[in-house]
Amino acid sequence: MTLRLPRSGVPQILALLVILAINWIVSPQFFDIRLQDGRLFGSLIDVLNRGAPVALLSIGMVLVIALRGIDLSVGAVMAICGAIAASLADSHSLPVTLAAALGVGLLCGLWNGVLVAGLGIQPIVATLILMVAGRGIAQLITEGRIVTFTDPALAWIGGGSIAGVPAPVAITAAMLLVTLLLVRGTALGLMIEATGGNERASTLAGIGTRAMTIAVYVWCSLCAAMAGVIAAADILGADANNSGLWLELDAILAVVIGGTSLFGGRFSIGLAVLGALIIQAMNTGILLSGYPPQFNLVVKAVVVMAVLLVQSPKLAGLSAALRRRAR
Amino acid sequence: MRRHLPVLVTTAVFVAMFVACSLQYPNFASTRVVANLLTDNAFLGIVAVGMTFVIISGGIDLSVGSVIGFTTVFLAIAIEHLGWPPTVAFAAVLVLAALFGAGMGAVIHYLEMPPFIVTLAGMFLARGASFLMSTESIAINAPLYAEISSTVIRLPGGGRLTLIAILMLAVVLAGAVLLHATRFGANVYALGGSRASTEMMGVRVGPATIRIYLFSSLLAGLSGIVFSLYTSSGYSLSAVGVELDAIAAVVIGGTLLTGGYGTVFGTFIGVLIQGLIQTYISFDGSLSSWWAKIATGLLLFAFIAFQQLSVGLSRRGRRMAGVTAP
Amino acid sequence: MPPDVSAPPLLEIRGLSKSFGPVHALEGVDLTVRAGEIHALLGENGAGKSTLIKALTGIYSRDAGTVRLAGEVIAPATADEAVAAGIATVYQEVNLLPNLSVAQNLYLGRQPTRFGLVQRAEMRRRARDLLAGFGLTLDVDAPLGEYSVAVQSLVAIARAVDLSARVLILDEPTASLDANEVEVLFAVMRQLAARGIGIVFVTHFLDLVYAVCDRITVLRNGRLVGERETTGLPRLELVHMMLGRELSEATHDRAPAADEAKGPVVAAFQGVGKSGYLAPFDLTLRRGDVVGLAGLLGSGRTETVRLVFGAERADCGSVAVDGRPVRLANPREAIRHGFGYCPEERKTEGIVAELTVRENIVLALQARRGILKPLARREQDEIARRFIRLLDIRPADPERPIGLLSGGNQQKVLLARWLATEPRLLILDEPTRGIDVGAHAEIIRLIRQLCAEGMALLVVSSELEEIAVYADEVAVLRDRAHVAMLGGADVSVPAILAAIAGETPRAA
Repeated sequence: MTLRLPRSGVPQILALLVILAINWIVSPQFFDIRLQDGRLFGSLIDVLNRGAPVALLSIGMVLVIALRGIDLSVGAVMAICGAIAASLADSHSLPVTLAAALGVGLLCGLWNGVLVAGLGIQPIVATLILMVAGRGIAQLITEGRIVTFTDPALAWIGGGSIAGVPAPVAITAAMLLVTLLLVRGTALGLMIEATGGNERASTLAGIGTRAMTIAVYVWCSLCAAMAGVIAAADILGADANNSGLWLELDAILAVVIGGTSLFGGRFSIGLAVLGALIIQAMNTGILLSGYPPQFNLVVKAVVVMAVLLVQSPKLAGLSAALRRRAR
Repeated sequence: MRRHLPVLVTTAVFVAMFVACSLQYPNFASTRVVANLLTDNAFLGIVAVGMTFVIISGGIDLSVGSVIGFTTVFLAIAIEHLGWPPTVAFAAVLVLAALFGAGMGAVIHYLEMPPFIVTLAGMFLARGASFLMSTESIAINAPLYAEISSTVIRLPGGGRLTLIAILMLAVVLAGAVLLHATRFGANVYALGGSRASTEMMGVRVGPATIRIYLFSSLLAGLSGIVFSLYTSSGYSLSAVGVELDAIAAVVIGGTLLTGGYGTVFGTFIGVLIQGLIQTYISFDGSLSSWWAKIATGLLLFAFIAFQQLSVGLSRRGRRMAGVTAP
Repeated sequence: MPPDVSAPPLLEIRGLSKSFGPVHALEGVDLTVRAGEIHALLGENGAGKSTLIKALTGIYSRDAGTVRLAGEVIAPATADEAVAAGIATVYQEVNLLPNLSVAQNLYLGRQPTRFGLVQRAEMRRRARDLLAGFGLTLDVDAPLGEYSVAVQSLVAIARAVDLSARVLILDEPTASLDANEVEVLFAVMRQLAARGIGIVFVTHFLDLVYAVCDRITVLRNGRLVGERETTGLPRLELVHMMLGRELSEATHDRAPAADEAKGPVVAAFQGVGKSGYLAPFDLTLRRGDVVGLAGLLGSGRTETVRLVFGAERADCGSVAVDGRPVRLANPREAIRHGFGYCPEERKTEGIVAELTVRENIVLALQARRGILKPLARREQDEIARRFIRLLDIRPADPERPIGLLSGGNQQKVLLARWLATEPRLLILDEPTRGIDVGAHAEIIRLIRQLCAEGMALLVVSSELEEIAVYADEVAVLRDRAHVAMLGGADVSVPAILAAIAGETPRAA
């Protein structure tokens, strides 16, 4: 049985609360929220807003990882879809722009899914291809420039708000809700956990593992496409070089913090999103405390190592032995 | 023959590409182009040799790009700000890199964690550390740097074989000997075949794992030195994403990403193929650099699909060779 | 060469004990192996054979007891130390490296070197010489994975013997070998014994024990039952030692032959086969009938059921379900026609260890209903509770991860998974393998009950006595082909054995 962080949610919520408390200590106005021009502002809202892209990625990533897979290409897919949205925004209506961006995201997911489920290539290898080529494709779309746009409809996705809630947060919440409905409202969740736990047994039990795997990679890419559109809408332009850069690693980290094992099986979508918020809360905290943003990386490394220590089967065995002795 | 097929295919692809380029651009087939190819890709070649070991052993090292970045910043600060002699700085940074790699290897082995996550932490840590030292690009003006970059072997036809190119060739050669002709090398393959079996066969898996990641980080440090010589500067954002290029070179070179099979020579050719694509693009002038990424992606796909096919084929038809009762 | 009985024993284990928490895996076990003898170590699953081997080879520490090798007390703390002392082990799954060359496999970690470089020519020469002693002529530069499992086992033995040539432990080395390969292995074992090596041979196959072993030590529930000379130990007595009960109950309690009219045909397979996998076969499965599949390991029994279930795609023949032609390209289609399949490899192909008993039970039913029609939690609980009660699954906790259950209970959960789909044809591949005696009897009782209720059953089993008890017909396989179909009075152990051995004309 594989070890992982608990999925009760208690440690994750505690961790988030501790980080928020630290943020509050370094910046006493951290919890201040004010309504301005019909939109909520404040550091806490900022955490949600800035955390939205990684949270979106983690929604898709957690399903892929539950199937014993991994999708390294989500950052590149963000760049591609952001580039498409930014290039089309000023000449096409929003529905067309969105359909194009999400459609390409779907194709990217289909490519990954077919490589993994159709050709049987290891996920880390299969998605590496798009990770390498994807940024090139994004630059091809933007012709190497930073493409900007002025279309207010697309800009709203990055900067607008619904009932005071920033649009990226609302979109992410909606995506989370839809995904939860699709996965936990149907038998899909059980099928994914069974397939991630033992693919051969699941196939023999009559689960269509292949179609399901492809669908999950497509969903993951769709989430990435949406994240890419948000990232582009946020800066009113597409930067093919930097959009979504290394965010696949943040998404994987969020999933792991959320208690889903990299070896597949049991998963929790909600906790993966919580993991993404934990990462963003740390980022924001570092900014607020006046440290250079580069300090983020060091903190992230520490977090990864802490997660590693908690997950280590060796340490788990050791602590179990200590507990036995204590009795 | 089937055993060497991936390397042969890679080599054939390289030769075909080179010939095609030469046919299109008459002055392509020159010692100048070849020498530049080696010089421009020296740092990638060095780090890819280490990556070959890691991948054959069934692991992955995402930290190498960050280690290169760290090394360049460390050297710049040590030489320019602290006034260390370059050679002392070189030695110090190599020791640091080796310790870093050994640490990652120890965590991977003793805490039984996936290399992907451990080296991801290493990647964040090394990059973060270089940011903490400096976020500025620092020029290195040490006399030794000028000396080294002016030391070249002039080849017939105008090529200038630089010291760093020679260093890369030496690393490739040494890496090949280490991998293919020592017990350590056999252990690397063994680990990639099956960690559990390797342990059962009496190989001390822990030290072997630590040595593999130590070696990879050490070469990343060496690659960082070469990178700082090549650019005469240190910058915390240098070599971002080099781990991907290195992994791509290893895979294009015929090494199985799942471990167990591969060669250093193949990786060398894989590096040259990537370099050749860049060179072609710069020769063409009208093509943009992003085509290099797309071409590398296509090559990756082609080689991964090819490997998938050949693995599938080799599963069939096992030998029932000459078994006779004694 | 008969072992020298007067000489002091080569390996002498006295009073070995080992506990895992409250469980006594071994209690005061003795084992004596003489130089030059082949010594069988027998016992049912859970008897303590593998614990004994692991305690002997330094993988487990031992709680009490002494081990003497040629009179000297040894206490290896690691596998390396055991090897250094002279105890080498070859496990069932060949623990070599398929991606390395044969020569590297033989000499990994001890390659001949000069100035730190491996001397390949020297290593190659030594490898060839070593293998020649075992009657093997291989390309020592070829990857080991290119050779058959039999050759790989022999290479493993060659390595083990070359490492330390005093005591050789063979842990179920014959599990995946065919008859010819077993003969070759035996020849090698006899030759090694003749050199004075003491061989401990762990196996489940009594025929093999009588064919090659000099003496037998039997364990049961972690205790020593006895040590005997093979000659002069009747088979029945040996079985009695191992099982603690005689099989008489099973062998004489044959079900009354079904005299009434045969039930309607559920599924008929005609000329179904796959080249390089299994020769075309005919098979008719009827309501209320049990068809047994008998044959040696590797004869094509599992291959048959995989073709029947669509887990492997046939390349010829036709299938009819209820008289209508159907295609069985994958398990989903087979399940749609009311088939169910409990595979032999329970851990890798049956259970999803991390999921609960409830989730494992509803899995196939849910898969058949489709993703969009989830079973409500209430229905799941109800189904799980019903089958836990019906099959007496223990512990009776539907929310316990199935990986924590014993093998027998896991098997019952897998049965429940299929019974929940109310199958018309249930395929059981070695349903009683590796589970304890109590669960064993229950599963056989269940098989009879199911067929009385009108289900068609196709059962693979190595236990011929069992098949003879419950099967209405037995298809016998040999060398990946169906060679005989026995029915009525022919369903008896002697007749099946004769058919396996090839003493009846080919029927198919």
